[in-house]
Amino acid sequence: MSIGTFILVSVIKIVIALVLLLTAVAYTVWLERKVVGHIQNRWGPTRVGPFGLLQPLADGAKFIFKEDLTPPHVYKPLYIAAPMLALVFALTSISVIPVGNWITVGGIQTPLQITDVNIGLLIILGVTSLGVYGVALAGWSSNSKYSLLGGLRASAQMVSYEIALGLSLIGVLIMAGSFSLRDIVDAQGGHFWGFIPRWNIFQGQIVAFFIYLMAAYAETNRIPFDLPEAETELVAGYHTEYSAMKFAMFFMAEYANMITVACLASLLFLGGWHGPLFGPPILQAILPLFWFGLKVFAFLFLYIWVRGTLPRFRYDQLMAFGWKFLLPLAIANLIITALIVALKS
Amino acid sequence: MLHLIIFSVFGLVCVAGAVNLLAQRHPINSALSLVVVMGSLAVEYLLLGAEFVAAVQVIVYAGAIMVLFVFVIMLLNAGEEERTKGSRVAMLFGIPGMLIGSALIAWVLLEHSGTASVAAGALPGPPKVIGWLLFHDFLLPFEITSILVLIAIMGAVVLAARPESAQQTKKES
Repeated sequence: MSIGTFILVSVIKIVIALVLLLTAVAYTVWLERKVVGHIQNRWGPTRVGPFGLLQPLADGAKFIFKEDLTPPHVYKPLYIAAPMLALVFALTSISVIPVGNWITVGGIQTPLQITDVNIGLLIILGVTSLGVYGVALAGWSSNSKYSLLGGLRASAQMVSYEIALGLSLIGVLIMAGSFSLRDIVDAQGGHFWGFIPRWNIFQGQIVAFFIYLMAAYAETNRIPFDLPEAETELVAGYHTEYSAMKFAMFFMAEYANMITVACLASLLFLGGWHGPLFGPPILQAILPLFWFGLKVFAFLFLYIWVRGTLPRFRYDQLMAFGWKFLLPLAIANLIITALIVALKS
Repeated sequence: MLHLIIFSVFGLVCVAGAVNLLAQRHPINSALSLVVVMGSLAVEYLLLGAEFVAAVQVIVYAGAIMVLFVFVIMLLNAGEEERTKGSRVAMLFGIPGMLIGSALIAWVLLEHSGTASVAAGALPGPPKVIGWLLFHDFLLPFEITSILVLIAIMGAVVLAARPESAQQTKKES
C-alpha cells in the first residue's frame, strides 16, 4: 500500500469511527433518559421526533446556543483546557478498538479498526489514565469548593480503581499471549464441545470479568460510584462551574468513556465479534458487526439499568471496596490463572 | 528520515517542558510541564522501538505518579512560589553551572563513550522480550527491587499510621 492510499484509508476510517462514536454517545444519552424514565415510571423524552428520537439533536443545539459563562477568579488557561483534555483522551482511545475482521474494498485490504498496534490494550490503559487530568484540573481551576472536592475524589478514585482494572485484564492477556486486541479476540474463536463459545468468560475468567465490570463503573464515574459528581452533596462535583459547550464536553467524555469500556469488555471477555454465522455471504459479512454492536449495547443497557437501581456508596466504602476487596481478588485471580496456564503448557 | 525528524521534535519538546518546569512560578504549571516531559519521553522510547516501555512510561509516570503530584498540589492549595534573595543567587550560579555540566556530559559522551548509539527502532521492544529479560536474565535484581519497594511501602504505612497508634497508647495508659 502506498503512503497516499494509506493516509486516505486512515482518514476515511477516522472520520467513520468518530461519526459513529459521537452518534453512539448522543443516542446513549437518549437511551439513558428513556430507560431510566421507564424504570422510574415516567416516559422520558417523547416530544421531539418519534419516541423523542431527535432529542439529542435538540440538546446539542441547546448546548451550542447557551451562554458560555466563565466565573470570576478561575485559573483561565486550565479552566478552558480541562474539558478539552477530558474529551480528547476519551475520543482517542477508540482508535485502537477493532470492531470486526479484515475487509477488502476495491482491492485494498484493511482491518475494521483505525490502527492495529501490538500494544493496543496498553495504549487504551495509558490514554484512560491520562483522562484523569481533565477531571482533576477542572476541579482545581474552577476555584470552587464543590469542584475541588469533586476533582480530588475523582483523581483518588480513578487512580485506585485503575490498579484493580489493570490486574483483572492480565489474566486475559496471559491466556491470549498478546497485547493486541485483534489477537485477543482471535484467540476466542471456536467452541467447546461444539456449542459453548470459547469466550474468555467461559474459560475461567468470570471472576476477572466481574472485577473489570465493577472497576469500570468506578473508572467512568457512574452510579453506584459517582462520588465525584454526587449531586446531593457536591452540586455537580468537578463540572459545577461549567456551562454550555464546556459542560457538554465533559458530558460527551463521560459517555464516550462508557462506550470504550463497553467495547473493551465485549472484546476481552465476550469474544468480540464472534457469534453464530449463517445465511448468504452478505449476511455473513454483516453479522460479526451486529454481534459486536449487540454486546456493546448490552453493556450500555446494564450501565443504565444499574444507574436506575442502585444507590450511591459512601466514599470510605468506595475506597475500602477497591483496595481491600477488589485488589486482593484480582491478584488471586491472576495467580490462579497464571498457575493453570503454566501447568497446561 | 521521518523518524529522525519526529525524534528531534519530541526531544526539543522534552527539553522545553523541562525548562518550562523551572521557569513557571505556579506549582501546578510546573507539574503539568513535567507531564509533558514524561509524555515526550514516552514518544522517544516508542521511536527507538521500545513500545512496551513507552506505554508503561505513560501509564505509570504520566498517568499515576504525576496525577498524585497534581493531587497533592490541589490538596495543599499551594500558591505561587516566592522569589527570594536565595533563589536569585541560586539562579546566578545555577544557570552557568548547569551549562558547564551539560557541556561536560555531552563532551564525555561524544568523545569517550564506549557504546555505540542506538539506531531508531533498534531497541528490544516487544513485551515478550522484556518479560524474558525481567523474569529470566535479570530475575535476582528484579526481585531485590520488588523487596525494596515493599520496604518503602511498609515504611510509608508506618509513618502514616503513627499518630493514631500514639493516641491509642495514650488512651490505654
